[in-house]
Amino acid sequence: MGKMIYLDNAATTRTAPEVVEAMLPYFTEFYGNASTVYEFGGKSKEAVAKAREIIANTIGAKENEIYFTAGGSESDNWAIKATAEAYKSKGKHIITSKIEHHAVLHTCQWLEQNGFEVTYLDVDENGVIKLEELKKAIRPDTILITIMFANNEIGTIEPIAEIGKLAKEHDILFHTDAVQAFGQVPINVDELNIDMLSTSAHKLNGPKGIGFLYIRKGVKIRSFVHGGAQERKRRAGTENVPGIVGFGKAVELAAANMEERTKKEAELRDYMIERVLKEVPFTRVNGHRKNRLPNNINFCFQFIEGESLLIMLDMKGICGSSGSACTSGSLDPSHVLLAIGLPHEIAHGSLRLTLGADTTKEDIDYTIDAIKEIVAQLREMSPLYEDYMKKHS
Amino acid sequence: MYSEKVMDHFQNPRNMGEIENASGVGTVGNAKCGDIMRIFLDIDENGIIQDVKFKTFGCGAAVATSSMATELVKGKNIQEALQVTNKAVMEALDGLPPVKVHCSLLAEEAIHAALWDYAEKNGIKIEGLEKPKTDISEEEEEEDY
Repeated sequence: MGKMIYLDNAATTRTAPEVVEAMLPYFTEFYGNASTVYEFGGKSKEAVAKAREIIANTIGAKENEIYFTAGGSESDNWAIKATAEAYKSKGKHIITSKIEHHAVLHTCQWLEQNGFEVTYLDVDENGVIKLEELKKAIRPDTILITIMFANNEIGTIEPIAEIGKLAKEHDILFHTDAVQAFGQVPINVDELNIDMLSTSAHKLNGPKGIGFLYIRKGVKIRSFVHGGAQERKRRAGTENVPGIVGFGKAVELAAANMEERTKKEAELRDYMIERVLKEVPFTRVNGHRKNRLPNNINFCFQFIEGESLLIMLDMKGICGSSGSACTSGSLDPSHVLLAIGLPHEIAHGSLRLTLGADTTKEDIDYTIDAIKEIVAQLREMSPLYEDYMKKHS
Repeated sequence: MYSEKVMDHFQNPRNMGEIENASGVGTVGNAKCGDIMRIFLDIDENGIIQDVKFKTFGCGAAVATSSMATELVKGKNIQEALQVTNKAVMEALDGLPPVKVHCSLLAEEAIHAALWDYAEKNGIKIEGLEKPKTDISEEEEEEDY
């Protein structure tokens, strides 16, 4: 394989070499079970405690509010299902949005089949939830508001502080899926009134298969995985010590260079958006232009289909993703693009590019040139483009 | 995901383009579902398909099946062209992933639609050809867990 430009960092990231290095001793040297009494196991326990401390400090939480899980989906499932279970005597109403990740949406749908009521809030054309609608949706029996920190497809950052404030005023628990935002934007759970927060390590150059759920002290949700007494009896299963150590290291690195890294990413992001909008006709940018993850770019190219675009980009060594139906295995394009009001045929032509810490301006220029060439080629092939040009010539 | 043949036809589509004053043009599919195929046929007085072109909006499989379908009908007579089924297109491409089978159906339908248009323009009836569906968007239901 020749040159590769990896622009799918929202899907997953390269595990940082420093992270791998930090993890390695915990496979072969300090492989002890962190729950044992002998000194050898104590090494693992110490490493887990250290990672927990780093992570807690990063989000302004206490160590005993961080619970390690297998990743974002488990954290989302746990937060939502366990809240429903623990607070059902208070009420059976949950509020979420239409643009959540499927780990939240499908969990909410599952709860609906089990006697709960869920309100799915609309978003505006930029993918921002409507606070007025949220206020109106709140009922005496609402037990949980679960709204993502930032959207995984279009990068829009939600008004988390306002949502947290509203939730607190109404004494409703607030969970946020911060899988994409963690490591990209500063997060403080107290300032934002967040009660539960889900994350995943592999989105910030950590290893796959490890995440955490932050649970504010006083939130009474119970264990989701039953068994041993790990994670303060709230999440059974032998600690994934290398994973936890790697996560701790990744968070340490991400926090240390956040300002510098995200500034550089945002500059490249805006540079690419401006050039593509100027140089490729019939193109739109999806998501909020300002309140947006620093590494997220999402375009729709009219008259073409996303999967074709992805394959042709791949042939030039560029890895991206699309919300087209063909990439999802169904006939419907991305629920996020439909929720921001795009017609199906436009949504099929979407391209998401997500930058990483090591993305360069050369990579971006190369990618823009490739996009220009490929989009023109695919439009030449497109009956929709032919019809449009005939109609407007 | 795709066979080498599919990738070849996607990267180097055969007969892509349009035919001015074509004998028959057929467009099938639905932009909503992400696939539209248009086939242009140039049929001579002996009923032989002298030339064929296509335009497609869709995924890699949609482009490849269009391209292969045009190759399979070029130079054939109308009855032979009618025998080019979606199965034949798929076999010629060394198979398609299950979720992409509908693309090959679309290719078959597009040929039929173009032949139908040719028959209508010439006031003839082609034996064995039924009025094509212009929108084939049905899909097997996904299993729900």
